[in-house]
Amino acid sequence: MSMEQFQDRNVGKQNYFTVDIEDYPVTGMDKFRRVAKRTFRGELFVGLWVVLREMFKFDIHTVQYPKEKLPIGPRYRAIHQMQRLWESGTERCIGCGLCEKICISDCIRMDTRIDENSRKEVTEYSINLGRCIFCGYCAEVCPELAIVHGGEYENASEQRAHFTLYEDMLTPVDEAISGKQKEFPGFGAITPYEDERVKKTPLAY
Amino acid sequence: MSMITITIDGQKIETQEGEFILNAARANSIFIPAICYLTRCSPTLACRICLVEADGKQVYACNAKAKAGMEITTSTDTIEQERRSIMEVYDVNHPLQCGVCDQSGECELQNYTLELGVDSQSYAIKDVERAAIDWGHIHYDPGLCIVCERCVTVCKDMIGDTSLKTVPRGSDPLDASYKESMPKDAYAMWNKLNKSVIGLTSGEAMLDCTSCGECAAVCPVGALVDTEFMYKSNAWELRQIPATCGHCSAGCQISYDVKHESIENSREKIYRVMNEWNYVSLCGAGRYGFDYENRDVNKDEAAFTKALEAFQKADTIRFTSTITNEEAFMLQRLKEERGYRLINHEARTFQNFLREYSAISGTALYGSDLKETHDANFVVSVGTALKSDNPNARYAFNNSMKMNKGAGLYFHPVPDPVIEGLGKNVMSINHAPLQEEVVLYLILDLFADKEQLPEAITTYLERFHGTKTVTVTETIKEEVVESVAKIVVDEESGEEKEIVEEVKKTVSKKVEKEVEVQSNALLEMLGAPENFNDALSKYLKKADTFSLIIGPDCYTHPNAKNIARLCALIEKYSAFKLVMIPTLTNTLGVSLICDLDEEAGSYAIGYNAPGDFTLSALGEGDLDMPALNQQEGTLTSINKRVNPTNAALDYEGYELNDLCNALGLESELTVDYTQRLPIEKGFQAQKFDDLPNHYTNEGVEVRGYLLENRGVKTDNDERVDAINTDLALKEGSIVYLVNPVRQFTAFTNKTEQLHTDGGLYMSETYLNESDFNEGDTVTVSTSLGELTVTIISDNKIDGAIACLPTFDNNINSEALFSAYRFTSASIKKV
Ligand code: SF4
Ligand code: SF4
Ligand code: SF4
Ligand code: SF4
Ligand code: SF4
Ligand code: FES
Repeated sequence: MSMEQFQDRNVGKQNYFTVDIEDYPVTGMDKFRRVAKRTFRGELFVGLWVVLREMFKFDIHTVQYPKEKLPIGPRYRAIHQMQRLWESGTERCIGCGLCEKICISDCIRMDTRIDENSRKEVTEYSINLGRCIFCGYCAEVCPELAIVHGGEYENASEQRAHFTLYEDMLTPVDEAISGKQKEFPGFGAITPYEDERVKKTPLAY
Repeated sequence: MSMITITIDGQKIETQEGEFILNAARANSIFIPAICYLTRCSPTLACRICLVEADGKQVYACNAKAKAGMEITTSTDTIEQERRSIMEVYDVNHPLQCGVCDQSGECELQNYTLELGVDSQSYAIKDVERAAIDWGHIHYDPGLCIVCERCVTVCKDMIGDTSLKTVPRGSDPLDASYKESMPKDAYAMWNKLNKSVIGLTSGEAMLDCTSCGECAAVCPVGALVDTEFMYKSNAWELRQIPATCGHCSAGCQISYDVKHESIENSREKIYRVMNEWNYVSLCGAGRYGFDYENRDVNKDEAAFTKALEAFQKADTIRFTSTITNEEAFMLQRLKEERGYRLINHEARTFQNFLREYSAISGTALYGSDLKETHDANFVVSVGTALKSDNPNARYAFNNSMKMNKGAGLYFHPVPDPVIEGLGKNVMSINHAPLQEEVVLYLILDLFADKEQLPEAITTYLERFHGTKTVTVTETIKEEVVESVAKIVVDEESGEEKEIVEEVKKTVSKKVEKEVEVQSNALLEMLGAPENFNDALSKYLKKADTFSLIIGPDCYTHPNAKNIARLCALIEKYSAFKLVMIPTLTNTLGVSLICDLDEEAGSYAIGYNAPGDFTLSALGEGDLDMPALNQQEGTLTSINKRVNPTNAALDYEGYELNDLCNALGLESELTVDYTQRLPIEKGFQAQKFDDLPNHYTNEGVEVRGYLLENRGVKTDNDERVDAINTDLALKEGSIVYLVNPVRQFTAFTNKTEQLHTDGGLYMSETYLNESDFNEGDTVTVSTSLGELTVTIISDNKIDGAIACLPTFDNNINSEALFSAYRFTSASIKKV
């Protein structure tokens, strides 16, 4: 096994590295030159022209957000939801950890334990939305159709790291029992015609 | 054994003659699927998936031996069909619960199912009820079990407890049509699997074993898991830190598996300890005693300043051997620079023993290691409670019994049911305390080359020989004539009449006879069983490799000096290879690195030991120190190997190096000292970062480096003292200083899973024969002191010697003992 990682003794501290960036202008003259260059290059007027043209056409499509909101398609990948089983309302997530494993931005964490009935119980589950890239892998890998992407996309925050917790994502029990929980035909759902494709296991009963 | 060349899939490879094909392939990175085979244990042929074709014949790679020129094909159409069917069989009725299974991600059933592309099932059988059972520290789920018998095998062939076995499953027989339709081996394998699950050899409810957890480690699926670990973490979330176990001198390679504690608390925590179970087997202390770190420590500047003041005042440093070589070296440097006296009695005793041994052997260190014990077929152990002092030595002892059809003698005053249970070829001789010297003379007498042995010793040994008359019972055959009455029917008249006939018969009869036999007074002094000589000659029939294990009772013996010299003589003049068990984790390292003093001065710094100012990795002292799982450094093992260990957990406080730097030694990191360890003592000038820590596919241990066993000048004086026959413990109860299995020091006792209260351990026999009962509070007093403890019943010892532990800091057992591990004491109920 490679021991390299253990030979770096800055464990627990950040390992920063610098990236290549073009030098900033330092002298007053250089700064002035940059401003002048940017101002008179004319890109500004290209944009202004488009606005002016559309204004005269009187064909404006601006959505008055946040007063107005467009409907979101069912396959849109916004903030995650945790589904429950129909009728019983039991949480679907079994804590298998596949979503955590597959997540490319490594932003899922979960705590599990053995409960009184010797079952695996998910005691807490969190996603760092500041890191999530909403790729949908977690929803796709989930064997229980537990984690899905909902339509809630407003997740601006003052901090880079902000978390959503298990109870924020879980469908309320009454909603699940009364059959109001939405199922998503898109990401993470079983693909159509699965019944015909499945290979049956022989049974001796 | 000679090297031969065989061909596997067209690739020519070199291997030992008689090596299993599977091992030869693995050593050369050729993959052959195999599930049930465990390196170092006997092949069980449970899985049959390792089928290969050798010279045109199908054989099992795990038990077919390589012969010169063999041509092996690892895959043919028939073999592929067999393998596919075997995997399908394993998947029959296997619950689809990888999602919650603890093995998921490192499961061999998952891996092989995917590897062999099993995407459909052709077989079926009615399942039977297979409910999960909690066996204490191990949880068994027969629903997941594939009956590969690896757990049974490791427990028997390696550990020696033999606590597991296969028990009937109670299933319907297989559908008759399968016999025709299925590939042959797959059918045979299923037929066997369908009849069994795993059960306990004694009792039903709880595993009563030495709790090493090796069964769960080797289980390829999630059937056997550590109860504590269940559902706590998925395998892939854990980060593996290669390390060396810090609890005893075996220095097993382990990996600490760490992960953040929870979503709330991102501090790292050790979740479990894993091992390369094909090549190293852990004991319960190493496996479950991992969370002994010194938690929540910050740089306490006030305490640090006080520590420096204390160092200015002090003239003595007292310490234990649960430290790294680097720390030991720092202490030695402090001694050189600032003149402290270094006090560590336990290491000093071992150091003295080694020195006396060297005076005859001419080498600084004993010549052998536990690897050679594994390979031996006649093993003798003297002066050690093997299973407690060094569990790996016990495994080696057992492994040689099981794998090499070996035999063993266990000389120890405390009868040990675990050792006695290792096999029919193990004889336990429970001599009186203080007789270790006699044992070594006996070994010399029985095994040394009398031609070579110094004459004085040969003549001395002659004295013990004599003849004696014993009464033996013999069975002899005797011919007797008996009269029997018979009824015959007269042929003519048809009448029945009685006639008397005489018949000759041979009967066996027991007679007592007086015979003259050779006697050996040494055997009588040891109270060896009557059949010792007969048994020994039986044991020795096939013995050709000999191993002798010497333990701490010898180092602390009042005549330790003479014992050490006898050990050297045995090594020199007999076929025995010698290995000594260093008392604590790094006793060997400390005794090589430090010049230890006898007498303490007036003001002592204690490092994990009592003192006027104490540095403690247990977090109980005046200044905190990092525990061994928070440090990097090297530890010297019984196998004379300098093993590196990495820090598994963060430590924010001060360490010994900070103190040393403040006191004028200069070194940025503790591990900068690794390359400065004394070369004249056998260490090498190797950088810590260059030290490897792994096993190869061949099973070669690539860890750190081996100490050089350097020559020592001798004066050719091979005289030894005669046995001191006056030595005996005073009248009274005998108490032995030893820890129960899975405990070594306060560090093991600090861990969550092993924490327990110590007491006075008594065997069930002892309790039955005395009026003491489990739970009684008693005082144990010797001439040196008195102690109040609670009686604990221990079924892992036998006989009438009580045991006091050292792992519990609340019981200052050592105060009752002068040096030797046995003492006579009076035990009274309070
Ligand atoms: S959407 Fe992608 S990035 Fe976000 S949590 Fe899921 S897997 Fe991770
Ligand atoms: S993949 Fe699904 S079931 Fe598994 S832990 Fe994630 S959300 Fe839960
Ligand atoms: S034992 Fe292996 S195959 Fe079976 S449920 Fe566990 S992980 Fe899955
Ligand atoms: S419990 Fe595990 S190791 Fe033991 S037979 Fe079953 S599968 Fe094999
Ligand atoms: S305590 Fe000793 S035998 Fe047990 S795992 Fe640790 S080093 Fe190995
Ligand atoms: S590994 Fe050879 S039969 Fe199982």
